[in-house]
Amino acid sequence: MALEHGGKTYETDEEGYLVNLSDWSEDLANEMAKADGAALGENHWEVINFLRDYYEEYQIAPAVRVLTKAVGKKLGKDKGTSKYLYELFPYGPAKQACKYAGLPKPTGCV
Amino acid sequence: MASKRFLYMNRKAPHGSVYALESLEVVLIGAAFEQDVSLAFVDDGVYQLLLNQDTAALGSKNFSPTFKALGDYDISKIYVEAESLEARGLTRDDLMPLTWEDEDDDWAEKDSIHIVSSEALAEIIEQQDVLLNF
Repeated sequence: MALEHGGKTYETDEEGYLVNLSDWSEDLANEMAKADGAALGENHWEVINFLRDYYEEYQIAPAVRVLTKAVGKKLGKDKGTSKYLYELFPYGPAKQACKYAGLPKPTGCV
Repeated sequence: MASKRFLYMNRKAPHGSVYALESLEVVLIGAAFEQDVSLAFVDDGVYQLLLNQDTAALGSKNFSPTFKALGDYDISKIYVEAESLEARGLTRDDLMPLTWEDEDDDWAEKDSIHIVSSEALAEIIEQQDVLLNF
């Protein structure tokens, strides 16, 4: 599969995850969200940027349980709940947010 | 479902084969099921925990930073066989510091790596329900 944006073509897997991490840009993230009928606001970006930092440090996308705990620690307790994260990313916080963050699908995640 | 005791045995060097990465992925997937998970590193497996690994020349992904995420997955029992370290001229200082946070102790950061003798490791193995070799 591929994603067309700004006259360029980006390779994705069958679920729409970018194949090359280095292809990612904020523009592309917005484009992927638009294709899913979503619009990215400040709260979405907070989680997306958090995931990108996490990946940079640990070379994995965290499982949803780990993401929830880590978001609570980093962004505040009120945000470290699955309810908050599912409201932002209804298709599954780890899965959907990782896609927009240009990361691979998390290992063993929902 | 009662939780079972899982021990993942890692015996191979990290980057020459796919065993180390596969083991780590299975550990991370397994951790989602909230079992009692331990990891052991013996023989060349101890090289998996070395500090400052660099795989650029191999053209493969350096997954060693992922070991540092194990604490987030509530994995706090990482056993390294003392004899294997010694035979390779290594000490604890050559290994990555791995920690976890103890929820019952005001989130105190604690060491996950336990260096154990071969004899002590045999006892740990004895206590497991499931042993997975990589």
